[in-house]
Amino acid sequence: MGPVLDFGVVSDALPALLWGCLGTMGLAVAGMVLAMAIGIGGVLARGSRIAPVRTATIAFVEIIRNTPFLVQIFFLFFALPQLGLKLNPTVTAIIALGLNGGAYAIEIIRGGVQSIHKGQTEAGLALGLHRAQVFRLVVLKPALRAIYPSLTGQFILLTLTSSICSSVAAYELTSVAQRIESDTFRSFEVYFTITVMYLAISWIMMTGFAVLSRQYLSYPTR
Amino acid sequence: MGATFGLAEFGFLLSGLRWTLLLSVIAFVGGGLVGLAVALARTGTSAVLRRATAGYIAVFQGTPLLMQLFVVYYGLGLIGLQVPAWAAVAIGFTLNASAFLGEIWRGAIQAVPSGQSEAATALGIRYPARMRHIVLPQAFRIAQPATVGYLVQLIKGTSLAAIVGFIELARAGQIVSNQTYQPILVFGVVGALYFVLCWPLSLYSARLETRFAANAR
Repeated sequence: MGPVLDFGVVSDALPALLWGCLGTMGLAVAGMVLAMAIGIGGVLARGSRIAPVRTATIAFVEIIRNTPFLVQIFFLFFALPQLGLKLNPTVTAIIALGLNGGAYAIEIIRGGVQSIHKGQTEAGLALGLHRAQVFRLVVLKPALRAIYPSLTGQFILLTLTSSICSSVAAYELTSVAQRIESDTFRSFEVYFTITVMYLAISWIMMTGFAVLSRQYLSYPTR
Repeated sequence: MGATFGLAEFGFLLSGLRWTLLLSVIAFVGGGLVGLAVALARTGTSAVLRRATAGYIAVFQGTPLLMQLFVVYYGLGLIGLQVPAWAAVAIGFTLNASAFLGEIWRGAIQAVPSGQSEAATALGIRYPARMRHIVLPQAFRIAQPATVGYLVQLIKGTSLAAIVGFIELARAGQIVSNQTYQPILVFGVVGALYFVLCWPLSLYSARLETRFAANAR
């Protein structure tokens, strides 16, 4: 019987765990990019002139937001191969995270877009901008500025949710930890350590978001 | 064991659903009680308590729920407490819910106009009565939409008990899927059961929010 607490196994496994951290961050960032694309596309689809497109978007948002991520990722894990898409677990995990985050992003971005006064769009068109330019510059960018805190909060949640992707054996921190745990039986030490690592990852992400907003969303000073 | 998804398998899912409901209720009640204490400490006069509860909330909101369950599950065993799996996950969910509800209710308490508690203080009403009869009733009204909305997160969150091995709806789905080799059908049904549980709450939360916004105008 060894000592009650033994963090030695954790320090031996540190390189593997740090690679796992990178895996989690990569998974999260890829998921966010996909979620952002779905979010913006979904807002456009939600305001489409074709009724079935609108209905399908609403159904997508409601189904994703009212079922657990664990069930969604299992469903995709088995459903994608049936569609002829034989993907590795990590890619499946990115798709699942993107779809999940995308549904929330649609609702958040839509709230921001609705907060932009109609007169702004009209002013943009009157100045001779294309519809696409008006959407990108006059509607989307100020909308993102307004909803940035809730959107990034949702993306932090997406990063934490990525730990669930370990259940389909995607490459990320939790699945690395589970492998180390089954080799060493030091469950508490391993999970306690990676909990601290997740806390650090969310802080890194929040700092990243703050920098990003200063770079791209601040008002021009010159 | 049945080779296809039939009534018996659906019944097994329903028995899992019962545990999902029970876990949700335990987490909501436990998390509500602890969360109220967290919210009061977070808005109280003691700087030490304020900072401690701020840290508590930051840790629980900054780490995955799955890790919190693992740490509680194995941590309890480590200090020699042999508790059944359901009790360990119930404690994990309670702690997590208390942090989220505490943060929602902190915001609500601070959203009550300060004139309310100033007037009460001027009338000589002390802190316990002031909170109980004046601030909290108004705060709970403000917090209603967000609290109902959080209930949806909580119900979905209980699916993670499956990863720790506790048989609730999601785990029951995994078991049935392994027996019947019909994963798409089984997880579709499991998803539909969660949806039936969560969607009415989501709609109710949205309705409360519009009603509240209309009243505030």
